[in-house]
Amino acid sequence: MIALLLRDLRLAIRAGGGFGLGLAFFLILAVLVPLGVGPDRTTLALIAPGILWVGALLACLLSLDRIFALDYEDGSLDLLATAPVPLEGVVSIKALAHWITTGVPLVLVSPVLGLLLSLPVPAYGWLLLSLALGTPALSVIGTFGAALTVGLKRGGLLMSLLVLPMYIPTLVFGAEVVSRGGQGLDVGTPLALLAGITAGAVALLPFASAHVIRINLR
Amino acid sequence: MSSLWEYANPLKFMRTTDWLLPIVAVAAVVVTATGLIWGFFFTPDDFRQGSTVKIVFIHVPAAMMAINAWVMMLVASLIWLIRRHHVSALAARAAAPIGATMTVIGLITGAVWGQPMWGTWWAWDPRLTSFLILFLFYLGYIAMWAAIDDPDTGADLTAVLCLVGSVFAVLSRYAANFWNQGLHQGASLSVAPGTRMDWAYKAPLYTCMVGFGLVFLALVLAGTRTEIRARRMKALAARERMA
Repeated sequence: MIALLLRDLRLAIRAGGGFGLGLAFFLILAVLVPLGVGPDRTTLALIAPGILWVGALLACLLSLDRIFALDYEDGSLDLLATAPVPLEGVVSIKALAHWITTGVPLVLVSPVLGLLLSLPVPAYGWLLLSLALGTPALSVIGTFGAALTVGLKRGGLLMSLLVLPMYIPTLVFGAEVVSRGGQGLDVGTPLALLAGITAGAVALLPFASAHVIRINLR
Repeated sequence: MSSLWEYANPLKFMRTTDWLLPIVAVAAVVVTATGLIWGFFFTPDDFRQGSTVKIVFIHVPAAMMAINAWVMMLVASLIWLIRRHHVSALAARAAAPIGATMTVIGLITGAVWGQPMWGTWWAWDPRLTSFLILFLFYLGYIAMWAAIDDPDTGADLTAVLCLVGSVFAVLSRYAANFWNQGLHQGASLSVAPGTRMDWAYKAPLYTCMVGFGLVFLALVLAGTRTEIRARRMKALAARERMA
């Protein structure tokens, strides 16, 4: 399983730019919003938590089809499915690799983008924390979506239609943590719910994803 | 009748629905028409809301069926996953567009009522938001069915999608609840004593709810029969090609 993780990480980093794409998208979004809304600091500060979370969501979505598509095309997914490692484990590792290559960089650059969007100072810590807690759920849910659409020719658009509604609870609680944190309110409840969603998704969804992959490989 | 599972046999299902469907369809039309006419023309105007209150006779039953249709799809998906009855998967497929339509009816009638009452067509109120989200889940489910050629793979994938989607739909409902209480009033009907709705409204409303339920049942039966016939034709065409 560690070998598989290392392989996926290497592929993601070396396979010609796919690695930085999500980050670049995140950056462009954070630049486009002030250009569209106008540079007024109070307005930006008000919408910054939502924009950053929506940006993280979309950046995650961009790289989802890479999780299984290439392995499905060249047949390595069949090998992985017949390997002694349980498919649930394979799926979890794939989600973990996706999180390390997409989620972690997003978390790390988010304060810089928060600066661009004039995020209130007390919100920075909560932004980091909420993204760090929430992005694993995004990766795991996205892996399920990618597993559903792996056999389809033009699955990308369908996958966004399937995955984005499932991102809603994570988005609501994540953005709520940041905006409450920015106003100096208590963030305990949304933070706990966000962590709960992540924990539940990480624990349960790999079973659904693995089942779906077995169906698709039939 | 020995067991409900006999209707998992497509032939048996077709034979039974042959005579059942017309009865249900006629009953659906009669009950819905009765309820709506009763509600629209033979109930008094509300003293504050005027005649706009009468949209409730479409709004509430449609909203109720929008949720019930998803629950029915969930149960049908579970039956397909556990017992592999094709009729069940096809019934879930047939229910999805109807449920989506009911959701749209609920949203549109709500907007039409909300404009004069709340002064806005749309508000990001928890109930409204969660209905919009439910509509998105319906769209995803229908799109998933449409995208897959092989019927068994499609049935399997959409069934899993329906199970996982249900969990996230419920989560979204409570996530939207979390914001604030919003504009929408509480449940229109409640089993608790001291409900706020008068029997003059309640009786036609119940009639409409039963009517909408019958409409849904009739449409699902008709849709399932169409799906079964479509699959038979596919099988016949495949046999033709083989010969």
